[in-house]
Amino acid sequence: MLKNRIIPCLDVKDGRVVKGINFVNLNDAGDPAEQAKIYSDGGADEICFLDITASNENRDTIYDVVEKTSKKCFVPLTVGGGVRSTDDINKLLNCGADKVSINTAAVKNPEVVKDSSQKFGSQCIVVAIDAKKIGNKWEIFTHGGRNSTGLDAIEFAKRMEETGAGELLVTSMDRDGTQIGYDIELILKISSKVNIPVIASGGVGNLDHLVDGIKLGNASAVLAASIFHYGKYSVKQAKEYLDSKGIPVRI
Amino acid sequence: MNITIVDYKSGNISSIINSFNEVAKDKVKIEVTSDINKIKSSDKVVLPGQGSFKSCVQGLNNINGLIDTLNEFAINNKKPLLGICVGLQMFADIGYEETETKGLGWISGKVSKIDNKNGKYKLPHIGWNQINIVKESKIFKDIENNSHMYFVHSYEFIPKDKNVISATTDYSSNVVCAVEKENIFGTQFHPEKSDRVGLKMINNFMEL
Repeated sequence: MLKNRIIPCLDVKDGRVVKGINFVNLNDAGDPAEQAKIYSDGGADEICFLDITASNENRDTIYDVVEKTSKKCFVPLTVGGGVRSTDDINKLLNCGADKVSINTAAVKNPEVVKDSSQKFGSQCIVVAIDAKKIGNKWEIFTHGGRNSTGLDAIEFAKRMEETGAGELLVTSMDRDGTQIGYDIELILKISSKVNIPVIASGGVGNLDHLVDGIKLGNASAVLAASIFHYGKYSVKQAKEYLDSKGIPVRI
Repeated sequence: MNITIVDYKSGNISSIINSFNEVAKDKVKIEVTSDINKIKSSDKVVLPGQGSFKSCVQGLNNINGLIDTLNEFAINNKKPLLGICVGLQMFADIGYEETETKGLGWISGKVSKIDNKNGKYKLPHIGWNQINIVKESKIFKDIENNSHMYFVHSYEFIPKDKNVISATTDYSSNVVCAVEKENIFGTQFHPEKSDRVGLKMINNFMEL
């Protein structure tokens, strides 16, 4: 049976791990390669690096981080943040990333998703959807949640599937960093609309939130940062908890 | 001993290189190349494959003499070869991804899309699934039945002769996830991404 995945996410800035609350007030907390290794040894099903300020500055540091990490970690590594072109994707894959997540570029230039999925296979193309609830709809935001686009998140998700995305990483910008749980409605709306796996993201504060993401949101995988990063829970604890709730996990 | 990982521009092979280097340490020389002379003189070959069946076959065809060299290596000289993901799929006679494409024809059969049962099963089949070992295979030495391996694929290899199947995995149906035919080995899953169990399997291949 296919297992639901738990994916710890490390926010990386200038080659160092940080995790912000609503993308501000960053705290430096370690070396990405070492952190990733701790996670994979602890049973993480995949590792995700999000280069949070990559759109603006000092972008090349991520390549060294990925290269170093991929020599130590033998579970899939997804890297996102500031990925603009097929060339960027190629570089990350060559450094050892297994998947690349594309956010702003997927909105501004869907050709990147199309070209890269044709060139490298859709298995390594993750489209990251950052959505904020406006009224009773969800709107896509880009540039780390700073810019609104007017695009409907559910329709966009469907379009990205058709364009060549292999997975969707769906983040609620309202919930990100709040620790009050995923936006289940958003996750469920998207996961029932598309036939590719959906990774739930944004807002995890306890282990029940992970359970909800899978059971209520129908997500294939759950991503979380702070609860793991600050040692509130280990990946192992999270898996044991999911297992106790009847969710299939790799233990 | 030296092992060649065939680099035919079939997508991302850095994880395969890293994992083989990790297991090899200083005992085994790992070469990454499309140089047919180097392939000829190597003891073992790893045939990776990412992207579509069609693009991988095209990739092999783009390198002059590569398919002949692989045929000679695996079929005539019967030296150990491991195909991973689309590398395994290409053992088939024919693949149906994008368009009908002829494969290497080493293990008779076809590669077709996994039946998603009207959307009940998401595709690609991504993530950790358990392998059901159905026949003893040297590459599964000391690997427990029902171990988890990492999968990413939408197409499955359906061999004609079921005796070549060494493991299956349960996704929509019993998907073939490992084959062994004499010196030819293949895994649909990614040992290079399957943590300790995957590295163990790579080690088993090295020790053949």
